[in-house]
Amino acid sequence: MKLKYFSAPYLAWMIVFILVPLLMIAYFAFTSDNGEFTMKYISDVGQYANIFVRSIWLSLIATAICLVIAYPIAFILSRMDKHKQGTMLMIVMLPMWMNFLLRTYAWMTLLGNNGIINHILGMVGLGPVKLINTSGAVVLGMVYNYLPFMILPLYSVMEKIDKSLFEAASDLGCSSVSTLFRVVIPLSMPGITSGITMVFVPAISTFIISRMLGGGSNLLIGDLIEMQFLGNAYNPHLGAAISLVLMVIILVIMTVMNQFDPDEQVLM
Amino acid sequence: MKKLGKIYLVLVLLFLYVPIFVLIVFSFNETKSRSVFSGFTLDWYKRLFHNRIIISSLINTAIIAVIASIVSTVLGTLAAIGIHHMKKVPKAVVMNITNMPIINPEIVTGVSLMLLFVFFAARMNLEFGFVTLLIAHITFDVPYVILNVMPKFNQMNPHIFEAAQDLGCSPVKAFRKVVLPEIMPGVVSGFLMAFTYSLDDFVVSYFTSGSTSQTLPITIYSMTRRKVSPEINALSTLIFVAVVIVLIVKNAIENKAAKKNGSYRGN
Repeated sequence: MKLKYFSAPYLAWMIVFILVPLLMIAYFAFTSDNGEFTMKYISDVGQYANIFVRSIWLSLIATAICLVIAYPIAFILSRMDKHKQGTMLMIVMLPMWMNFLLRTYAWMTLLGNNGIINHILGMVGLGPVKLINTSGAVVLGMVYNYLPFMILPLYSVMEKIDKSLFEAASDLGCSSVSTLFRVVIPLSMPGITSGITMVFVPAISTFIISRMLGGGSNLLIGDLIEMQFLGNAYNPHLGAAISLVLMVIILVIMTVMNQFDPDEQVLM
Repeated sequence: MKKLGKIYLVLVLLFLYVPIFVLIVFSFNETKSRSVFSGFTLDWYKRLFHNRIIISSLINTAIIAVIASIVSTVLGTLAAIGIHHMKKVPKAVVMNITNMPIINPEIVTGVSLMLLFVFFAARMNLEFGFVTLLIAHITFDVPYVILNVMPKFNQMNPHIFEAAQDLGCSPVKAFRKVVLPEIMPGVVSGFLMAFTYSLDDFVVSYFTSGSTSQTLPITIYSMTRRKVSPEINALSTLIFVAVVIVLIVKNAIENKAAKKNGSYRGN
């Protein structure tokens, strides 16, 4: 009995439902309605350069903010007493278990023109300030939704850093700042790179956050793709071309990130 | 310094929890106002339980999550056995394709499946609905099962399966008695992961569901697009409470297991 044949049902499934659909994206991106090869749709993507730039820019800002907020949190968590760590980690990760539509909706009600923040601002005589339907609200939504994706990988590498390394560094004359830059950050590099990809990929491809918090004026790549498939502008060829470009952008970012990851380099 | 760390932790926790607590508080609000609390009521909960669309999409979500996670656990565990016994190159190829739905943005997975289903719908008797949703869920679930089970095979001593057969077990019995207990933790965590991803998924379902079969996240989405109703707040509160209970139970089980393992080691 050959054990490798156990995977046959999955291999069939994988080919039909993972591989073929992805190849269909490539096929649709390069063909017209009557099946002829065309570069039209790929070059049409260029018309939306401003949306691509906005998506990349906003998701980079959100990723950077997540990194800045999450890094100290992960460090504090990793240095807590062992029995406290598990509970604290659960408390930090718990909001992520709520459906992300509800989490985004929560901010919709907070930031709204009649929302609680503007209400409080009004009581002290400020505002109303336009909070919702701005690019800032979109970034806030991204940070709020994806922050735990940054904390978790950072925490899991920092937890493994031996405490005695810090003592050794200070014995050898390192200040706490240079311990951070010469010990903690290099050792947590795998966590930083995987955290960045785990935040950046969903952030750049979202269409919910931009729709719920960005109004109509902050379209992202995700909105553009969604409009081609389910919106009034039904055009699967253009949608496939945009998806293909999005995949290439993500591939480039991930390749760049791998350059900074010592573990990945050994494998390659 | 330590104090500063604590203050920082509290601030971040406030950032994470305040929006959820505001949602919860306003689920008990008498009026539809989102900023002024005018009086306590349970009306929104009553309405929620009488909302047919929500109840039916909740049932639908549960059915799909249960079937998809069971099918993908069986499919994924069998796949892991097979992949583990493959040669290096085909193994690498299969694992790379398996990783695709995990690495790719959800919207790409959703759109690619939609293209496939549109193609089938035009040529065969396939409609967007329960079947397409189920296929889509199994497709994004299986990779998580495989990724959870594969490491268990790598940790397992490859000779125990042969040893069991040498001692008179049939291959099936050897698998059941020796291999299955070894990989079981991976199978269980793979199943749970698949189940949660299925329950929670919005993006892939959104592109593959059609109008006949809705899941709860899709219903929530259409509720947020229409007029605002505190029913969503009530729903959020119930989901939050459910999540808290599940996590507390999970934590308790894990702590118990850790204590048990600890006593074996003699700590």
